[in-house]
Amino acid sequence: MSEASPAKAYALHLGVIALLFALSFVLPEYHHGLLARIMVLAVFAMGYNMLFGYVGLLSLGHAMFFAAGLYGAGFAVIHLGWNVPLAFLAGIACGALLALVIGLLALRTTGVAFMIVTMMFAQVFYLVILYFAAWTGGDQGLVVPQPARVLNLGATSLDLTNPTVRYMSALALFSIVLLITLAVVRSRYGRVLVAVRENEERTKMLGYDTFSNKLIAVVVSGTICAASGAAYALLFGYVGSSLASVQYSILPLLWVLLGGAATTLGALIGTVFMYYVIDIASGYTSAYLLIVGIALILLVLFFPKGILGTIRQRWLGWLP
Amino acid sequence: MTDKNGFFDLSKSTLSRRTALKGLAAGAGLTLAPGFVRYSQAQSSAPIKIGFQSHRTGIGAAYGRWYEKTSAAAVKAINDAGGINGRPVELVIEDDGTDPGRGAEVVGKFATQHKTDIVFGTLFSHVVIGSAPAAGENKIPYFVVSEGHHVASTKLNRYVFQPGITDVKSQIQSMAPWIAANAGKKVTQIFPDFAFGYDHRDYLPPALKAQGAEVIAQIAIPPTESSFTKYFPQIPAETEVIYHVMVGPAVLTFVKELGEFYGSNRPQLFGFIDSLEATDINSPGLEFLDGSHFWEGSPRYAQANDSAAQKAYRAAVGIDDNGAAVGDPKDVSTAAHMFGCWETLYVVKKAMEDAGYKGPEDRAKLVEATEALTEFAEGPEHPQGPKTFNGKIHQCFGIQNISKVEGGRLNVVHKTKIEDGLYEAEGDYTTQAL
Repeated sequence: MSEASPAKAYALHLGVIALLFALSFVLPEYHHGLLARIMVLAVFAMGYNMLFGYVGLLSLGHAMFFAAGLYGAGFAVIHLGWNVPLAFLAGIACGALLALVIGLLALRTTGVAFMIVTMMFAQVFYLVILYFAAWTGGDQGLVVPQPARVLNLGATSLDLTNPTVRYMSALALFSIVLLITLAVVRSRYGRVLVAVRENEERTKMLGYDTFSNKLIAVVVSGTICAASGAAYALLFGYVGSSLASVQYSILPLLWVLLGGAATTLGALIGTVFMYYVIDIASGYTSAYLLIVGIALILLVLFFPKGILGTIRQRWLGWLP
Repeated sequence: MTDKNGFFDLSKSTLSRRTALKGLAAGAGLTLAPGFVRYSQAQSSAPIKIGFQSHRTGIGAAYGRWYEKTSAAAVKAINDAGGINGRPVELVIEDDGTDPGRGAEVVGKFATQHKTDIVFGTLFSHVVIGSAPAAGENKIPYFVVSEGHHVASTKLNRYVFQPGITDVKSQIQSMAPWIAANAGKKVTQIFPDFAFGYDHRDYLPPALKAQGAEVIAQIAIPPTESSFTKYFPQIPAETEVIYHVMVGPAVLTFVKELGEFYGSNRPQLFGFIDSLEATDINSPGLEFLDGSHFWEGSPRYAQANDSAAQKAYRAAVGIDDNGAAVGDPKDVSTAAHMFGCWETLYVVKKAMEDAGYKGPEDRAKLVEATEALTEFAEGPEHPQGPKTFNGKIHQCFGIQNISKVEGGRLNVVHKTKIEDGLYEAEGDYTTQAL
C-alpha cells in the first residue's frame, strides 16, 4: 500500500459524504429510505471492519454489540421514557461496556477459538433477550413509539420518522464514524493495529502491549456497532431479537468482505451491493439467495480482496 | 397478479442534445397517444394495487405459499364480481423473507415505489411488529392476517388492522370452557419457549380458572430442542389434560416421544393445529394423536354440514375434502389460518366502498371507514363464520372450531360462540392522530 497525502484521502471521503448528501435530493423516495437504512448498517460494518480488517480478529459475535446499542436505546425510550439524545448515548454506553467485558474475556483466545468464543457470547446475549421476554418482547420484539422518536433542540424539534430528517441523521452518523475511522487508521495507533494483524509476535518484540491495543480496538469496534444499533432503534422504531441473531453477526462480515476488508469505504460499498442485489433479485424470484450466492462467487473470483480492496491492489494503491 | 421491480437506473441519466430531443418528441407523442388520454381521463379505472407482504422464504414459507393462493383466489373472485368501486384489484407481491427488518423495507417499498393503496397479508408476529412502524410512518393502511394479540394490544399504530382472523388471546379464551367441561380440570401446558408459547402460557391459566379448572404445571421447551423425553417426567401424575402447542419440524418427534412415554394410558390431549399446519395428520408417528382434540380456525377437512359459502370458498382456493391441494394430496394446506386472507380482502373491499376510496389520498378515510365496521355476516365473503369487529382495537372476533382426530381426519365436534372470545379493550387506536 503506497502512502497518500492526507489531503487526498480526506478529499475522497468528504467527496463521498457530499455525494451522499446530494443523493438525498435526487433519489426516488424508496431508494432515499433504503439508503438511510444502508448508511446506518454501513456504520455497523465499519465497526466490524475496525476489528476484522485492521486487527485481523474475525469475530462471529458482533450482533451482540449492535443489539446492545439497539436494546440500550430502545429500553431507554420504552421503559425509562428518556429522550432521544440520552437514549442514543445509553445505547452507545451499553455497547462500549459490553465490548470491554467481552474483550477482556475473548482476547485470551486467538484465531478459531476467538471466533467460537465471540459466537458463544453472542448466542448467550441472544438467549438472554429471549429469556427476559417480559422486558424485551422476546422473539416478537418491541416497537419504539412514534411520538417518542422526536429530537427536541430548544425551540425546534426534529421528527426522526420524517424521511429527510432520518436520512440526514443517518448521514451525520455515517460521516462522523467514517471520518473517525479514517483518522484512527491513519494514526500511529492504526499502524500498530495493522502491525498486530501482520505479525503479533514481532509487534510485541518491538515493545507494544498488543493485548491493550487489541482491547481498545474491540471497545472502539463494539462502540461503533452499538451506535449503529442505537440509531437503528431510534430511526426505524423496531427493537427485536432477530437483529441479535447469528445472521446479524455474519452479515457485517459479508459486507466487509465484499467491499474490501481494511478499506475505510469498503463497508459502505459492500452494504450497498448486498442490499441492492437482494432487493432487485427478490423482485424476480424467491430463489434470490441463489443469485446472491452466485454474485458472491463471482466477486471472490474476480475481486478476491473485495471490491475496493482489489481496486486498491491493482490501481489505487493510496486508498486508505 | 404481478411481481414488480422498479429499479431506477442512474447509468441512463446522461443527457445529450439528441437524447433530449428524442425525449421531447416521445413525450409529445405519448401525450397525444390514445392510451395516455384514456388513462388520464379515467383514473378511476386504474387498478387498486394491494401490496402483499409474503413469507415466500424463511420459516414462514409454508404459510406464505398458501396465503398467496388464497389471496389470488379472493382477488379473482372480487374482480369477477366487478372489482372494488368498479376498479379491478391487483396484487403486488414482495417477499419479506419472514424477517422483520426486511419486512419494514418491503412496507416502505410498497408505499414509496410500487405506490400500492394498502399493504396486506403478513402472518408472523415479529414481522408484523417490525413492519408496523414503517406502515405508520408512511401512513399506509396495513391489514395483517397474523392471529397475534399485538394488534389488539393497541401497542402498534392506527394504520394496522386485523379484521379477518381472531387473535390468539381470544382463541385461547374461547377454548377454556370446552376444555374444562369435556377434557378435564387439571391441565399441564407444554409450549415452545418463545412468544407464541408465551401467549398460551399467559392467557390460558386465567381463562381456565374462570371455568373452575386450573393449570397445574407449565413446561417451556427451548425452540432448539430436538428430543423431549427428558421433559415428560415433569408432567404431574394427576394431570387430566395435556395442552400442547409445539411448533416447527420437531413436532413429529414430540408426538412420537409422548406416545412412547405414555403408551395407551394417556391423559386427554388438546392442541392448537398451528403445530400441524401444512402437515398431513396421517404422517407416520402421529398415530398417537388419534382421539385427541385440536383448535382450528377454519376446518381443514370438509365437514358434513359445511355451508354453501364454505364449499364455494374451498373450491375457489383449490383444496379438496382433506384440505390438500386439488390434484396433489401431499400438498396439505394451512386451512386453519389462510381463510383470513380471503376474509380480510373482503373487509378491505367493504371499507373502500364505504369510504368512496379513490386513491392513496383517501387512505385516512379508509382507516376511518374500517374502524366504523362492526359486523361481518357469514356468507361467501366470510365463509369461516360470522364476526364482530371492534374498531377501537382494530381486531375482529369470531367463532372457533374444536376438532377431534378420528379415522385419520379432523372432525369438528364443537363450535364456540363469538361471545366466548370477547375481552375488555386494552386501549383505543381511534384516539391517535391520522
